[in-house]
Amino acid sequence: MSERCAVIGIGQTVAKSKREDVSIAGLVREAVVMAVEDAGLTFADIDAVVVGKAPDMFEGVMMPELYLAGALGAVGKPMMRVHTAGSVGGSTAIVASHLVASGIHDRVLTVAFEKQSDSDAMWALSVPQPFSSPLLAGAGGYFAPIIRAYMHRSGAPRDVGMKVAVKDRLHALKNPYAHLHLPDISLQMVEDSIMLWDPLHYLESCPSSDGAAAMVIGSERAAAQAETDTGRRPAWIHGMAMRSEPTMFAGRDQVNPQAGRDCAADLYRQAGISDPRADFDMAEVYVPFSWYEPMWLENLGFCAEGDGWKLTEAGATSLIDGGDIPWNCSGGVLSSNPIGASGMLRFLETALQIRGEAGEHQVPDARRALGQAYGGGSQFFSMWVVAVDKP
Amino acid sequence: MSEPVTMMAAPMRLDYVFTPGVAQGKNMHGLERGVFIGQRCPKCKKVYTLSRGSCPTDGVPTDEIVELSNTGTVTTYCVVNVPFAGQSIELPYICAQILLDGANLSFMGLIQEIPAGEIRMGLRVEAVWVPPDELGPTMASVKYFRPNGEPDAAFETYKEYL
Amino acid sequence: MSGFPALTSGHRPVGVVSFAQHDNVRRDGEHNDVEMLLPVIAEVFGNVGITKDDVGFICSGSTDYLVGGPFSFVGALDAVGVWPPRAESHVEMDGAWALYEAWVLLQEGEIDSALVYSFGRSSPGNLSEILALQLDPYYMAPLWPDPCSLAALQAQALIDTGRASEADFAAVAARARRSALGNPKAQLAYDRSPEELLREDYEVAPLRRHALPPLTDGCAAIVLAAGDRAYELCERPAFITGIDHRVETHALGARDLTRSASTTLAGQKAGVGKAGVDVAELHAPFAHQELILVDALGLADDVEVSPSGGALAANPIMSAGLIRIGEASTRIWSGLADRAVAHATSGPCLQQNLVCVLEGV
Repeated sequence: MSERCAVIGIGQTVAKSKREDVSIAGLVREAVVMAVEDAGLTFADIDAVVVGKAPDMFEGVMMPELYLAGALGAVGKPMMRVHTAGSVGGSTAIVASHLVASGIHDRVLTVAFEKQSDSDAMWALSVPQPFSSPLLAGAGGYFAPIIRAYMHRSGAPRDVGMKVAVKDRLHALKNPYAHLHLPDISLQMVEDSIMLWDPLHYLESCPSSDGAAAMVIGSERAAAQAETDTGRRPAWIHGMAMRSEPTMFAGRDQVNPQAGRDCAADLYRQAGISDPRADFDMAEVYVPFSWYEPMWLENLGFCAEGDGWKLTEAGATSLIDGGDIPWNCSGGVLSSNPIGASGMLRFLETALQIRGEAGEHQVPDARRALGQAYGGGSQFFSMWVVAVDKP
Repeated sequence: MSEPVTMMAAPMRLDYVFTPGVAQGKNMHGLERGVFIGQRCPKCKKVYTLSRGSCPTDGVPTDEIVELSNTGTVTTYCVVNVPFAGQSIELPYICAQILLDGANLSFMGLIQEIPAGEIRMGLRVEAVWVPPDELGPTMASVKYFRPNGEPDAAFETYKEYL
Repeated sequence: MSGFPALTSGHRPVGVVSFAQHDNVRRDGEHNDVEMLLPVIAEVFGNVGITKDDVGFICSGSTDYLVGGPFSFVGALDAVGVWPPRAESHVEMDGAWALYEAWVLLQEGEIDSALVYSFGRSSPGNLSEILALQLDPYYMAPLWPDPCSLAALQAQALIDTGRASEADFAAVAARARRSALGNPKAQLAYDRSPEELLREDYEVAPLRRHALPPLTDGCAAIVLAAGDRAYELCERPAFITGIDHRVETHALGARDLTRSASTTLAGQKAGVGKAGVDVAELHAPFAHQELILVDALGLADDVEVSPSGGALAANPIMSAGLIRIGEASTRIWSGLADRAVAHATSGPCLQQNLVCVLEGV
């Protein structure tokens, strides 16, 4: 039987382009110590550790969790390493939560990280492979044509992406952990930034960050104990789902992938969500390029297909404009992108909001939140719902 | 106090010998002749370009060989302005998804002989190959794609391949 | 239907019902990863008369550095055909841990079956160099120590305790390769005496060639099924009555390399010692590691060890652990064993270990 489980500890590092002050171990250690202490625990209380990160070539260390076992407090414990491309931070939290939901463990530490500055992520993503086209375009070059297809299909005006870029950077100004703090951010500034992958401007793209995120997932018993010990309320997990579809196939809809829609449907069934826009108080969604906000608004059922850009344009997703469904109050992936940790940061931020501890970027009285991560060429999805009330 | 060590260089070099496999081997022999090879799935009948040997949706071998056209349609594209390590093409350049006639899957290719401002969805293009004596079992045999002068394809004809 | 074995309170009976593996070869220069997996996936489903659409979860294990490009697991998924979209996950670990992830999910009762697979090749690159990247990136990896040298350190430490000798290593290797003669999937099988093997030159002292694993390309797949579904698919499922895994510190100098504390702990948690063991499939790439593992698990003298020949007969990286679970399961299915132990390892000198107890009813 599936047991109740909740986020009972949260830790994250400040994201920066280069964390030269710490080793890889030092970076993950910052996040895990913070999460374990936040739960009122010590490492001796942790039953198992689940680690996630994107391709090992981002740091140049193969299966780095083996070397990190000590820093993660995993010695003598079960330790797993998840890798599901960009969705990995979310998938990792889900694997950890299943270790509790299945009744096997009471307290599981989950951590995701990337220290991209130790290698060259752009290079790692574009390692020449002999049987594919020699044309190198980078991640943006992969997604820009899909964005163009969305613009064509939806008839969205050209400035919608720039509005997302501004909104998320304004949110980031309220999040001390965010990598990009751009106090002067404006539509003009985005428009004036170099056009990297037409139609994507430089400021419509995510940065490259070093950073780590960690959470402690606890059973009902562990959650009660943590609440007593720390006074912090648990963020109860109401549903978790993962879906994958093939990377390329005839007739694949890359703008509005079936895997994302199916994943959301499964998640909403578990959590009893019938109208996402009304039922959620906020959402943290993986938006590495600005236009993915309107695309995912549709994919996640917050509006009808083709209408996502209208929500963005109306300010519905802006915390600052008092929108009814604020998205990415933390600043999102557009403001911090430690790739392997980016998905976990989405999940972590929802828990932070539910616990009412998001500080300046707190959504007032957030009671139910959606976390989403996607990866690869939008073929891998992981999602969860956390809430104040016990399921 | 001496300065803290904040960075150390650990250069690494690894060499790999790749195995193309049966399907990709056939594709490469096609490229060697200046011909694109497609493979048809026995179940769904879709024709895959640059197949790795299986139908991605049915999970069965795609062993029927189909010779594809040298012409196709740009389904979508982007203009690349960002420099990064390993890049060998002058900026800006156009990177497009190309759906070859007779295929059910597009792939990414370079578009040239058209100003970046004139690239558009639906543009009809043809492959430009390297001279015959330079053809080899590699995608490098395709220099790039260029407009072939045909009228643009209607959106309806390629909307399922975006 | 014959009922279910006794389980830890609250656990759901989950059994291995199908297993398939590729021929283990030094270099498969004919097929790419997808083409290697296709027949294996088809066989693992075909064995039990189901298709990809019948399983509730898919989990795989592999690692990118073997092929020198990111996201190697992504393309491999095309060997399954995940359409319509499926619940799917991947570990950058041996497939034995992918099986663990699937077992956890099956515990919750939402799904009744899962596909687990893993793949890896030793042939595209230089495995000794690649595995050096698994080491501490600041202090060890820049020295490029190869896995055979690290294993030799461990073997020498074991000899120095007086608990084993080079002759014991040769005896392990001779038995493993002789057992492998009965395994059609084995890569390295022969009938040679330990005395003959001891006349070989050292590769890295004190390890001679026979004490080292072969370099292998391969892949494998397993179907797990829970409760009644297990009996629908298999006459005598190999039920997992205990499964656990533990990791040790990475620092070789901080470990007693002659013991495998993590294997001992995982074995205790999995309940290895609760009853007699008929057969144990141990993932011991180097001959001396089998001795350490037998000791760590407290296996009695009458336990048949690695009748498949184990990793000394074929060592497809990322699959060799999962294959141990598959090989142990075949012994349960055939009735040759009632209670089997399967083991998987990862990391230098047995840093991380998984132990799985399988029982037939």
